[in-house]
Amino acid sequence: MGLTEFFFYVFATVAVLSATMVIIARNPVHAVLFLILTFFNAAGLFVLMGAEFLAMLLVIVYVGAVAVLFLFVVMMLDVDFAELRAGFVKNAPLGAIVGFIVLAELILVIGINQYPANIVGQPAAPLTAGAEAENITNTQAIGRILYTKYVFFFQGAGLILLVAMIGAIVLTLRHKEGVKRQSTTAQVRRSPEKAIDIVSIAPGQSMIPSRDEEGSVQ
Amino acid sequence: MEVGISHYLSLAAVLFTIGIFGIFLNRKNVIVILMSVELMLLAVNINLVAFSAFNNDLVGQVFAMMVLTVAAAEAAVGLAIIVVYFRNRGSIAVEDINMMKG
Repeated sequence: MGLTEFFFYVFATVAVLSATMVIIARNPVHAVLFLILTFFNAAGLFVLMGAEFLAMLLVIVYVGAVAVLFLFVVMMLDVDFAELRAGFVKNAPLGAIVGFIVLAELILVIGINQYPANIVGQPAAPLTAGAEAENITNTQAIGRILYTKYVFFFQGAGLILLVAMIGAIVLTLRHKEGVKRQSTTAQVRRSPEKAIDIVSIAPGQSMIPSRDEEGSVQ
Repeated sequence: MEVGISHYLSLAAVLFTIGIFGIFLNRKNVIVILMSVELMLLAVNINLVAFSAFNNDLVGQVFAMMVLTVAAAEAAVGLAIIVVYFRNRGSIAVEDINMMKG
């Protein structure tokens, strides 16, 4: 058994086991940590397949951003997770049946088939042609086609992220009552006529002018 | 036995099935359901990269990046919705989400 095979089986086994732990873990924090482990092993598999850039992207985006986001939310919400596990055993048989059927179909259709060496007649962006000729890395190869041939997809992905960011901010933004905020507009619009008032007070008298909310004299 | 495309596709199939099973198993917990969806998207990514690597076509990896983008956006918006929902109702149980009577 060569080194590649050995690492494939190690990564695959750990990935499947940790993915199972994600769905059966009692504590959702543990589930998130097992999700991180799954992503790490998937990144290892990507490296085995020669997709180094995607592997690093998986570690940065999934482990660094998505999983930490999950961790934040799980820890922020004060939810009784034990209560949410009610019906865990009740739903298991149906899930097992559906899961078994899906797995059998997937394995039968795509797993066992022996694919011919070149299943696509003409690769849209050949992997080895440029790489072997010029000795470029996977990252360079992706960059070459991502910023030229697929630049609109790249910009579309950026647009999706922008919309998601705006959506997440708009959803969670909330104005608390009783917090004093600076109103630049009101400050700039303030004029000497509104801010200063000259009153003549007779001797022996006092006067406190009443002001409205914007500060001008009533 | 040399590791071929079938190995990767079978592994992706197993991961995808675990994702489906997780949705059935944790029907009350939205956060675990979201994690199961992430698992399924990861399985799809493994499929795309496997086909890309074994067919000498880089487009699969570009497409996997798009899937990664959508997965990140989905997680962000989904978790934001969960936070807002918890703030309003004090619970994230799936069966409580019935205000719209859909």
